[in-house]
Amino acid sequence: MIQLLHIELFKIFKRPRTYISFGIVTAITFVIQLAMLTDGKGFVNFALSGVNEQFDIQGNILNGYLIAYIILQSLLIHIPLLVALVAGDALAGEANAGTLRLLLTKPIARYKLVLMKFTGAFIYTVLLIVWLAVVALFLSLLLFGKGDMINLKSEAFVMILQDDVMWRYALAFAFAVLAMTTIASMSLLLSAFADNSIGPIIATMGIVVVLTILSNLELPLFTIIKPYLFTTHMIAWKGFFDAPIPYYAIGRSALVLVIYTIGFLAATVWYFNKKDIKS
Amino acid sequence: MRMLLGLIFPDAGQIFIDGTEFNNSRRHLLGKIGAIIERPDMYGYLTGWENLKMFATLSDKHIKHDRLHEVLEIVGLKGREHDKFKAYSQGMKQRLGIAIALVHKPDLLILDEPTNGLDPQGIAEMRGLIRSLSRDHGKTILISSHLLYEIEQVATSMIVLHKGRKVTEGKVNDLLNPDETLVDITMTGNAGPVIAGSQWAAGLVAQGDNSFTFKMNPAHIPALNRWLVGEGIDVAEIRSRHSLEAYFLSLTDDSITAHRAV
Repeated sequence: MIQLLHIELFKIFKRPRTYISFGIVTAITFVIQLAMLTDGKGFVNFALSGVNEQFDIQGNILNGYLIAYIILQSLLIHIPLLVALVAGDALAGEANAGTLRLLLTKPIARYKLVLMKFTGAFIYTVLLIVWLAVVALFLSLLLFGKGDMINLKSEAFVMILQDDVMWRYALAFAFAVLAMTTIASMSLLLSAFADNSIGPIIATMGIVVVLTILSNLELPLFTIIKPYLFTTHMIAWKGFFDAPIPYYAIGRSALVLVIYTIGFLAATVWYFNKKDIKS
Repeated sequence: MRMLLGLIFPDAGQIFIDGTEFNNSRRHLLGKIGAIIERPDMYGYLTGWENLKMFATLSDKHIKHDRLHEVLEIVGLKGREHDKFKAYSQGMKQRLGIAIALVHKPDLLILDEPTNGLDPQGIAEMRGLIRSLSRDHGKTILISSHLLYEIEQVATSMIVLHKGRKVTEGKVNDLLNPDETLVDITMTGNAGPVIAGSQWAAGLVAQGDNSFTFKMNPAHIPALNRWLVGEGIDVAEIRSRHSLEAYFLSLTDDSITAHRAV
């Protein structure tokens, strides 16, 4: 299994397209940082315009922690696409290239191939999130410095002391890995159905966009199904920047995502085990 | 072919390879088989060496670098192994496919349309390689092809399938009746009446302006040629059609649609 994984990672990271995702994350992050460097003060003043009438806020508000939070919120819809680029291609890309045929004439159990693909996509997801942490958080800290973090919410704002922020980011990034792993497992399932990778990538994005809209619509019909949609739980990482932190709600969201991930993976193994390879 | 390798599942029935039922021993049997199905598709962004090494690792056996060099030598790719796969010609891709099929020293090689997409030189090289693998390396090779002429030149036994059913099976030499060979002769002058009144008329199966087709044993071609020249008929061309093709047509008695020869 280790050898299989080694081969899978070799294939993923030998392919130029893998690095597109890292490039996109870097580019988007850099653009936001550049915008904040040039006009960040105006943005903060605008964001705090209601608050400033009642509070006197001093210190370095436009700091790396705030910028990282803004970047993470902006990238919420993009990261699933970048994960789908690899996970959606995992099986369908092999089918399209014809290599799946050769792979399955080798003495490998099909379920092992699926697990290998999933683990490869998981490691890629972890590295992508780690890279996001490096460019969004550490580079922002380098450019904007440290300071107390302000988390502006619709009905309140939370002030987090600068010594109290880093561990929250660590947990938020860990949660992001879990959420993106759910996306990866769904994308892998769609990949098993298809013989070209465009379909699973577009389908993943379509599902994420539609379910995210449903998760955010405050209509009675959708309120009933909301708790069962994984997209509702993908944004639970924001809870780590609340006071107090809603650990129970975050834990429940994590459990839902784990159940979805296992479900998608089990369905992929079941389907792929009986799939006729005609490509 | 795909069914033999577990790529698609049969609706009914069982597959036995070397006396072992396939589904119960899939991994064990696949370890003893090397195969190319249709095209030798590999990872274009990797080199030939990287592709070979990767698939060698997947064969579940510990394969040393020496063996990789050895199979590259056998298939004639030595010196080009560090080129990207996407830069390979179709013939080189096919040969790398055979190297991958061979690398784990399988007992059985399954080659599905091994000459597909090859130019005439590539086809000749592939024919030589297949012969060498059988003769010099003692491999049992199962080939499926619609190029009957190629099969006729390399196969010792064959199965003819038509519309999904086995039509016949046996040694090529036993099955092919030399008396059934079709011989096309192009000649000048009005040869028709001369031939019609001769002993050769019995074998005449088709007649054009200057071309005549006989069903006969190729051993009699020199005698026929001598007779025609003796009758004052100039022979422009004599061509015997491949007997496997004629045999196949005689078995199936309709257009060549679906068939496999082994």
